[in-house]
Amino acid sequence: MDHQYIVWKQDEEKTFLFGKGKWDLETVPEIEQVLKKIPLDKPIVWDVSDVATFDSAGVLLFRTFLEAYKKKTSVEIIGYTQKQKEMYEMLESHMTEEIPERGEGFLAQIGKSVMVTLGDIKDFTTFLGHLFYAFFYLLTHPGQLRIKETVYHIHQSGFNALVIIGMTSFLVGMVIAYQGAVQLAKFGADIFIVDTVGISIVRELGPMITAIVIAGRSGSAYTAEIGAMKITEEIAAMRTMGFDPYNFLVLPRVFALIIALPLLIFFSDIIGIFGGLVASSMQLGISFDQFISRLNEVLEVKHYILGMIKGPVFAFIIAAIGCFRGFQVSDNTESIGLHTTASVVNAIFLVIAFDALFSVIYTELGL
Amino acid sequence: MRTVIEVKDIVTRFGKRTIHDGVSLRVGENEIFGILGESGSGKSVLMREMIMLQEPNAGEITVLGHNLQKIGFAQAQQLRREWGVLFQFGALYSSLTIAENIEVQLKEYTKISKPIRDKLVRSKIALVGLDAHVGSLYPSELSGGMIKRAALARALAMEPKLLFLDEPTSGLDPVGARNFDKLIVELRDMLGITVVMITHDLESISHIVDRMAILADKRVVAEGTLAEVLQSTHPFVEEFFKNEYTKEKFEHIFNKES
Repeated sequence: MDHQYIVWKQDEEKTFLFGKGKWDLETVPEIEQVLKKIPLDKPIVWDVSDVATFDSAGVLLFRTFLEAYKKKTSVEIIGYTQKQKEMYEMLESHMTEEIPERGEGFLAQIGKSVMVTLGDIKDFTTFLGHLFYAFFYLLTHPGQLRIKETVYHIHQSGFNALVIIGMTSFLVGMVIAYQGAVQLAKFGADIFIVDTVGISIVRELGPMITAIVIAGRSGSAYTAEIGAMKITEEIAAMRTMGFDPYNFLVLPRVFALIIALPLLIFFSDIIGIFGGLVASSMQLGISFDQFISRLNEVLEVKHYILGMIKGPVFAFIIAAIGCFRGFQVSDNTESIGLHTTASVVNAIFLVIAFDALFSVIYTELGL
Repeated sequence: MRTVIEVKDIVTRFGKRTIHDGVSLRVGENEIFGILGESGSGKSVLMREMIMLQEPNAGEITVLGHNLQKIGFAQAQQLRREWGVLFQFGALYSSLTIAENIEVQLKEYTKISKPIRDKLVRSKIALVGLDAHVGSLYPSELSGGMIKRAALARALAMEPKLLFLDEPTSGLDPVGARNFDKLIVELRDMLGITVVMITHDLESISHIVDRMAILADKRVVAEGTLAEVLQSTHPFVEEFFKNEYTKEKFEHIFNKES
C-alpha cells in the first residue's frame, strides 16, 4: 500500500514498513490511520531512515505504535539516525504518568456545594463577629473612626446615586399610578389613587427600589474594590502594618451606607410620589392641588417612619455582604467576577427576605 | 548562518516619547539571543513588535522570512503557529487546567488523535520538569516557578522553531533559574529551535546566551557575543558589566580578548 509518508509491504516471512518524508504535527494524523491498519501476523521490519524531518509528535507516534506492535509480534528497527535516537531517548526519559482526572460525580458536586454554602455561612458569621468587635472597639476608641473614608463613601454610594434612584423611583411611581388608575376608574374611586401611590411608595417600594439599586451599584463595587486589594496583597500589607481592615475598609463602608440609604429612601419617596402625581393628572385629571391635599389627609407619618426604619437594616445587609464577598476573593482574576455576582445576588435576595419579614412584623403589630 | 529575525531601523513612539530610534539587530538560526537593557529601554516593546502585538512607527521586522509590515492575515496566523511565547508572568488561561492550557492549540489547529495528544501533553509536562498531577491543576493553584514551567510547556506545544522568552528566570530561585537555563539549552540542542530572550540574569547571560543586543539610548549600542559586547565602552555596558559587583565575573573574558 502506498502513502506519502508511510509505505508497507509483506513477503512470506515479514512485514516491511518504510517511513518517509515529514513526520510532524501536520502529518501525524494521516500516518496514524495507516499504522492502525498494519497486519500483525508476521514479524515487522521498520525502516525509518527516510524520515527526513520529524518533531516530538512524530517520534511519539512511532513510540506508541512500536509499543503496541511489540505486544503482538517482534519488531526490528533499522536505519535510525543519531538525531532520531536522541529525540526518542529524550521522549523516553521525559514522560509523566497519566494525568489524573479532575472530574467529579454528581453526588460529589452536590456534596461540595452544600459544604461550600455551609462554609460561607460559617465564614459570614465569623465576619460579622469581627465586624462587631471592630465596631465596639471603635465605640471605646472613637478617635480611630475613619471620617475621611466614610465621607468619601457617602459621596460615592449616596450622592452619586441620586440621579439613578430619582429616575427609577419616578418611573415606578408613574407605573403604579397608571396601573391603579385603570382599576380605580372602574369604581369611580379615582381619588383613591393618592392612597395607593402614597402608601405603597412610602412603606414598600421606596425602600425596596433604593436598596436594590444600591445593592447593584455599591454592593458590587465594594466586593470588586476589596477583592482587587486582596489580589494585589494590599490587605495583607495593611495587616502587617497593624491597620485593621475591618476598621479601615469595612466600617467606613457600612457607616456610609447606613447614613446614605435612609436619605436616599427619603429622596426616592418624594420622587416616586411625584411620578404618581404626574401620572394621575395625565390619566385621571386629578390636579396637583387635589393630589397634595388628599395626600396630606391619608398619608400618616407612621407609614413614612415604617419605611425609613428599613433603610439602616438594608444598608447593613448590602454593605456587610459586599465587603464579606470581597474578602472571599482568592488570588485569581476570575474569582472577582464570581464573588461580585454572588454579592449582588445575595444582597438583593436578603433585602427582599427582610422586607417580607418587616411586613409580617408590621402586620402582627397592627401597624 | 541563516537569519531568523531581522530588525531594521525600528522607530517607536508613545505620544511624544521616543522609545526606539533606529533599532537594528539580527538573530541567527539555532542561537540563544539575549536582549538586554535597563528598565524602560524598550526591550519588551521590541519583543512585542517581533510577535505582532504592537506595530513600530517605522522600520522593518522580518521573522522566519515574513516581513511583518506587509504580512497578510492568513500568513500571520500561520506564522503565529511557528513560534512559542513565554510571557513574563506566564499568562496561562485561568479557566483551563495546565494540561488543557498545553493542549489548547493542538486541539484547535491540528487533527491529532486524543491518545497521541495526551501523550504529547504528558511529554511536554515532563520536559519542563513538572509532575503529572500538576496537569490537572488550575494556574491559580501553582507557585510562580511552576507557572513559568507550565507556560514554557504551553509555548512548546506546537513544536515551534522560534521561542520568545520574556525574563524567563525572573522570580525563580537560583537553583530553579539555573535548571531553567539548562532546560532552554537542552531544548535548543534537541529541537533545533532559536531562542530570543529578554533577560537581566547575569548567570544566563554568561552561560547560555550565544549572542546579545544591548538596548540603550533608544538604539542597539552593542551586539554580538559576550566577549564582543564587553569591548564596548558605552556607559550602560560599563555600568552593567564592569560595576563593583559584576567586574570579577566578566574580567577574565574581557582580559582574554584585549
